[in-house]
Amino acid sequence: MCGAEAGMGIAIPASGQDMMDKPARWEVMQEKRTIYMDNAATTPVHPEVLEAMLPYFTERYGNPSSVYSLARESRKAVEEAREKVAKAIGATPGEIFFTSGGTESDNWAIKGCAWASGKKGGHIITSSIEHHAVLHTCQYLEKNGFSVTYLPVDEYGLVNPADVEAAVTDRTVLISVMYANNEIGTMEPVREIGAVARDHGIPFHTDAVQAVGHVPVDVNQENIDLLSLSGHKFNGPKGVGALYIRKGTRIGTYEHGGGQEKRRRAGTENVPAIVGLGKAVESATAEIPEVSARVSRMRDRLIRGLLSTIPHSRLNGHPEKRLPGNANVSFEFVEGESMLLLLDSIGVSASTGSACTSGSLEPSHVLLAIGLPHEKAHGSLRFTLSGDTTGGDVDYVLLHLPGIVDRLRQMSPLYKPDEKEVKCNVQ
Amino acid sequence: MYSEKVMDHFSNPRNVGEIDAPSGVGEVGNPVCGDIMKIFLKIEDNRIVDAKFKTFGCGAAIASSSMATELIRGKTLEEAWEVSNKAVAEALEGLPPVKMHCSVLAEEAIHKAINDYRVQQGLEPWEEKNHHTHGHEEESCGV
Repeated sequence: MCGAEAGMGIAIPASGQDMMDKPARWEVMQEKRTIYMDNAATTPVHPEVLEAMLPYFTERYGNPSSVYSLARESRKAVEEAREKVAKAIGATPGEIFFTSGGTESDNWAIKGCAWASGKKGGHIITSSIEHHAVLHTCQYLEKNGFSVTYLPVDEYGLVNPADVEAAVTDRTVLISVMYANNEIGTMEPVREIGAVARDHGIPFHTDAVQAVGHVPVDVNQENIDLLSLSGHKFNGPKGVGALYIRKGTRIGTYEHGGGQEKRRRAGTENVPAIVGLGKAVESATAEIPEVSARVSRMRDRLIRGLLSTIPHSRLNGHPEKRLPGNANVSFEFVEGESMLLLLDSIGVSASTGSACTSGSLEPSHVLLAIGLPHEKAHGSLRFTLSGDTTGGDVDYVLLHLPGIVDRLRQMSPLYKPDEKEVKCNVQ
Repeated sequence: MYSEKVMDHFSNPRNVGEIDAPSGVGEVGNPVCGDIMKIFLKIEDNRIVDAKFKTFGCGAAIASSSMATELIRGKTLEEAWEVSNKAVAEALEGLPPVKMHCSVLAEEAIHKAINDYRVQQGLEPWEEKNHHTHGHEEESCGV
């Protein structure tokens, strides 16, 4: 095998096939780079976003609910941000409600529809691969008299709209299926699911936290009644998001107090963050055509490179219907956290579906739902690229990850010699 | 979240590999749970003259294996038997609470390897503490 033993941070075997000028050999690390490939977790605030926010911390600090001119500046800024968010998803400003982020938006949409339905023993349809903000909210409602159907997904993580149709009962009060999965990047058939919901007169919510700002989203064309989005997933600040509520949708108030957000979401507006959200969603949405094409090409090169240079690896998620930036790959015989630590030691930030980083003992519910056995789920890595990712970043990961996987496999009792594939000399 | 000692033993693990014709082998854990630890011993005159390991698992599992093999090398079987999971964790300058089970795996692997040797020698196996576990009190890893 290619991988001899070597101290991490001193020498790493190079075998990335995209480095045409560098044959496979031990590569002496010259410098530690910083390569951020965890953009599904969060993103940096872009400078123009920060610049737009700053005056609202200091000079323009007025409370939007007050009457004087200082306050009117804040009010105006909030309403401009509302227009930008509405425009980004094809909604009208009156249908946008600012929240503290994706989790609050999901909670409000689901609990709000459940309580507003007035149906005792109401029924909710969702998928088995939702974010915990949706799943745990549904589980909470189950403890409070509601019933929930958690739809299965296929091997790529797709929900079948026919399954949604079949699950509808006369007690169904909400259908909630995510726009795109945060772990494996699979994009769900929301338009078709929304059509099923509309046929039955049931509100349709989608958690679009991973989609907005990255792929075109249109609430009217896609039959969406409620949509959650979060600022920090597209270079806006943390702690701010929005819930789109289609006019006429019956939904209860979640946060009680003052009359903000048309009396539907109390609490003094987080003006700087809302301004940042507006600026970020405007920029990100405008750049979708260029960025998504460029990022998709890097994603595909990363996936192809990893699968071709690392034996016993597989792609998780749909090969085509996936977010532009998401590459999720499982490597057999090794565990995700070990790979993350070694990647971190050479400056690469990524994530894993292994139990070892989740604080629980179960690997990712998403990877199990697509039929991955536990041991392959433990060996998954998620790289999420962005418009800030460079081709050189991809080259760097392709250069170093094969050696990291090999190093850990040499240590793994699961890796048997007869399962080795001779890949070392392929260049 | 890990101590420097854990990172040292994870990044530069001691005693990785297998022993040809080992005197005893102990394997614990389960791939379903995300960690397997296999410890190989070479024993001469009731003393561990060599110990090696192979581990599939997280950083703490690899560091615990490395430290455990370091701690038992040169010890008599009686001394090695007394190396507890706490001793492994302390030698690593602590493990995060959710990772303590990795040190438990190390203790169990040592016990299994010693008993494997004893059985091969026609001796009675020593009584292993029955605290196996993958994990935390509240939930086992399911399978």
